[in-house]
Amino acid sequence: MKFLSEYRGPELVKKYLEQIFHVTTKRWKLMEICGGQTHSLVKNGILDMLPGQITMVHGPGCPVCVTPVSIIDEAIYLSQQPGIIVCSFGDMLRVPGSRKSLLGTKAEGADVRILYSPLDAVRLAKENPGKEIVFFAVGFETTAPANALSIVQAHQSGINNYSILASHVLVPPAMEALLSDDANEIDAFLAAGHVCTIMGMEEYYPIAEKYKTPVVITGFEPVDLLQGILLAVQQLEKGEYKVENQYARYVQREGNRLAKETMMEVFAVSDRVWRGIGNIPQSGYEVNEQYKQYNARVKFKLNLPVAEENKDCISGDIMKGLKKPFQCPNFSMSCKPEHPLGAPMVSSEGACAAYYHYASAKEQEEII
Amino acid sequence: MCLAIPGKLISVTADTDTIFRQGKVSFGGIIKEVNLSMLPEADVGDYILVHVGVAIGKVDEAEARLTFEYLEKMGETDEIMKEEKHPQ
Ligand code: SF4
Repeated sequence: MKFLSEYRGPELVKKYLEQIFHVTTKRWKLMEICGGQTHSLVKNGILDMLPGQITMVHGPGCPVCVTPVSIIDEAIYLSQQPGIIVCSFGDMLRVPGSRKSLLGTKAEGADVRILYSPLDAVRLAKENPGKEIVFFAVGFETTAPANALSIVQAHQSGINNYSILASHVLVPPAMEALLSDDANEIDAFLAAGHVCTIMGMEEYYPIAEKYKTPVVITGFEPVDLLQGILLAVQQLEKGEYKVENQYARYVQREGNRLAKETMMEVFAVSDRVWRGIGNIPQSGYEVNEQYKQYNARVKFKLNLPVAEENKDCISGDIMKGLKKPFQCPNFSMSCKPEHPLGAPMVSSEGACAAYYHYASAKEQEEII
Repeated sequence: MCLAIPGKLISVTADTDTIFRQGKVSFGGIIKEVNLSMLPEADVGDYILVHVGVAIGKVDEAEARLTFEYLEKMGETDEIMKEEKHPQ
């Protein structure tokens, strides 16, 4: 497909790799933020191809992975109430809550559905006026506009049996939380191209400046990732810390204005707990006061006790870049995609699942 | 889940100025209905980036070429553009 296949060409991959070997003289630790990038790096074997001095660590940019147990429990609770249909993106159904997953309640008879788009949930609400439709709205800045749009559409169409359970997270506050952690060893970031397609570049300048850390906005295909790594390493080797845009074919400095306006119409910035990491102030979106009738937490007066996270899962250390999935004692033992203990083993964009499916034996040996 | 995929806009359906603006997008032959309200500048024939049923960006073809030209500019020369002649 055009604008995909060109960025997978083996010739160009080779050329970029040669350049990366050419410019790398020191040890560097780079974090890719987005789970889609983690998936692409591992699946395409790029981690094996890079110079030994470059370590890629895998950031918290997988919405499935960072949605806390408490919010999964809220979704499960809603699905168990009569007359409510809970819908979400496929991966969310398998994430373990404190006692079970949404898939578990579905097996027990709850009406839980997988949808491709939140706009399909609005349609479902229109077709089922006797039911309450709750969309479990997870996602980063990339997904927030679509989820916001679903509320605006419901509002304009006079649909009252629709609401969302928001678990929205924002990238820049998470980057700051990682960089200000005492244990931080991240030298440079590959920022998530699709998040920046929406948000633009502005938010990253103060971060690069304050923490003297290069930020390269990067795409998802092998050539994109290698060019992103090359740009980051070039900066590091020169002692620079700029914001660069590898993904300029989609990312404009100001982002997508209409998408941002749609989000601002229905959401307000709020504190958010990240699974494995903890509370990060001002790092999420919640439905604002004006649209509160579309907020499932308000509509159904949710007030569940805060759930404990599974202490056996080290996903927090993995997403902070401190550990690799192989270093988790449960990895591929008690934790597998069929029986995930933690969320990063569920989604194909979670680091643990990506390593489980694709990482080479060589890499496993090196790390263990 | 955060994946956004480029596809070619092949038609724009009704509701041309509203939040319900829709179009048909071909993803390598697979056709899907996509909301276009956040991308009013998208025209039939454009390559657009789609995420969970909503168009969020339009490809800048000049910028797209730069990724292929970047290494040449660094002093490398090769026929790395040849891939582009065989889009699927
Ligand atoms: S392997 Fe399983 S238990 Fe270990 S960090 Fe990954 S998801 Fe958590």
